[in-house]
Amino acid sequence: MTQVLRPPAAIEAPVPPAERTARRRAALEWIAVHALGVAAALFFVLPFVFVLLTSLMSDSQALSRDLIPHTWQWDNYRKVFDTPGFLTWWRNTLLYAGLGTVLTVLSSVPVAYALAKFRFRGRNLSLMLVISMMMLPPQVVVIPMYLFWAKQLDLSGTLWPLIVPMAFGDAFSIFLLRQFLTTIPNEYLDAARVDGCGELRTLVRVVLPMAKPGIAAIALFQFFAAWNDYFGPQIYASENPGAWTLSYGLESFKGAHHTDWNLTMAATVLVMAPVILVFFFAQKAFVEGVTLTGVKG
Amino acid sequence: MTTVTLASKRRRAALKTLAFMSPWLIGFAVFFAYPLISTVYFSFMHYDGFNPPTWSGGKNWRYVFEHYPLFWPALRNTLWLVLVTVTLRVVFGLGVGLLITRIKTGTGVFRTLFYLPYLAPPVAATMAFAFLLNPGTGPVNSLLEKTGIPAPGWFNDPSWSKPALTLLFLWGIGDLMVIFMAALLDVPAEQYEAAELDGASPWQRFRYVTLPNISPIVMFAVVTGVIQVMQCYTQPLVAGKVASGVIQGAGAQFEPGYPDKSTLTLPQLVYNLGFQRFDYGSACVVALVLFALSMAFTAFLMRRRGGLIQAGD
Repeated sequence: MTQVLRPPAAIEAPVPPAERTARRRAALEWIAVHALGVAAALFFVLPFVFVLLTSLMSDSQALSRDLIPHTWQWDNYRKVFDTPGFLTWWRNTLLYAGLGTVLTVLSSVPVAYALAKFRFRGRNLSLMLVISMMMLPPQVVVIPMYLFWAKQLDLSGTLWPLIVPMAFGDAFSIFLLRQFLTTIPNEYLDAARVDGCGELRTLVRVVLPMAKPGIAAIALFQFFAAWNDYFGPQIYASENPGAWTLSYGLESFKGAHHTDWNLTMAATVLVMAPVILVFFFAQKAFVEGVTLTGVKG
Repeated sequence: MTTVTLASKRRRAALKTLAFMSPWLIGFAVFFAYPLISTVYFSFMHYDGFNPPTWSGGKNWRYVFEHYPLFWPALRNTLWLVLVTVTLRVVFGLGVGLLITRIKTGTGVFRTLFYLPYLAPPVAATMAFAFLLNPGTGPVNSLLEKTGIPAPGWFNDPSWSKPALTLLFLWGIGDLMVIFMAALLDVPAEQYEAAELDGASPWQRFRYVTLPNISPIVMFAVVTGVIQVMQCYTQPLVAGKVASGVIQGAGAQFEPGYPDKSTLTLPQLVYNLGFQRFDYGSACVVALVLFALSMAFTAFLMRRRGGLIQAGD
């Protein structure tokens, strides 16, 4: 025993068998988990890949069952942009989503602040009503709203019936932002008030800078909601192609290009791409927002 | 300086609240309360949008429940979607959430890839799936046939259109994944360690540690899932339109629910009755059914306050 030269500890300590099996199990688990991860990633990514590939096929190949283009027809995207109306749909979508988002943020911030930080009678009732509005689909009140906008104000065939209501607060944005504002400690507000700030100044100078992530989240959600809206433009804008948005026009695109899956998929890519680009620039705010909708509490 | 009385102080506070709340108060009155009351009113009127409305009593209600051929199919479809789609979405969302919390290499890349489909605009995502699953040239059926599996008709087959929709909804699982991921990371690590010391198997750890901790979130996912499928409109409508090959345009009429009423949901009925059949009264009846169902599930959600509403000050 004493003759046995002990190897210097620094070279390699013998691994006890129990630890060795534990390590092997950890390695196996790593492989299993990541293999599953790759399989799941394929499920989520392949649809995008097939859509992209088809969007680059020639007309005749798009009618075949091929998966990969023989020749890459980048020209398809130019054809989509040349489609009559396509640029108008872009402009209308940007107007609806852009203006709508600005109006929503401006009108929802004060309401969310009052619901989070003021004490008043009816506050809980208001909050419950906000949540109720948030949970209702637009179809519930669409008949009187349509009659109001179309018959009384003669505004059907425009996007104004969709943009104007956003100047009066959006329930989902109010709720989300209220959740966020309740996490701001009152001490900050009290300090501002002691310094002589009125409520509006407290809101603008103290609360808003701290609420930037929450505001970014509601702006993003609102932008996407307008971008994705199909029902609204269908009700109010369908009679006038000059007022169509991308989401509404895309489906008519398939109608006009009956069998041209390649052009339809190119148009589909062009409707998806901006949303995904925006997401990459604002990923953090977005994921934070999704989490805020349900879990905090 | 001047003595501020308590009453005037209170009045100022009330005015301040009123001022801050005013955008929503106006919005609530004009875009919610008034049209809701109006919907109830019109549900008892006969109105086609051209002739002045006339009182019709319960006729619209009887028509919708007894004679309107699309009402019960839409409710049956909704029940199918609640039982199958919501269940699968919650299970799959939890599974993907569990997976992402265990992925140690490239977590950010995986998370982004898993999340992306949720962002695809519904019309675009539906167009994509209508193409992917189309029986003629779709890549999915091409691959299935290469492997010898019989390829279904998906959006063109009444018994496969709802599974095809389910696939589309499972693809966009990003919202649930994020919510479950946050909940899973909140489970106290000591509980897992204690369970491990007691020799609990992975399944036992999941069953007795993970599940009890995340059950409020599971409940939240189920109830919001029910509300979502009950209200889904764009995906089934667009899928039906594209699959049926109807060309949209002036004068074109598309009876929703293709194929064979299998993709009908309640919101589509409001459109069909109001804007295709110009029967505003009956459209309001369906709108109220949709309202009642939505509110019932929302009330259920709100009673579990912990899950939805954060305590204010």
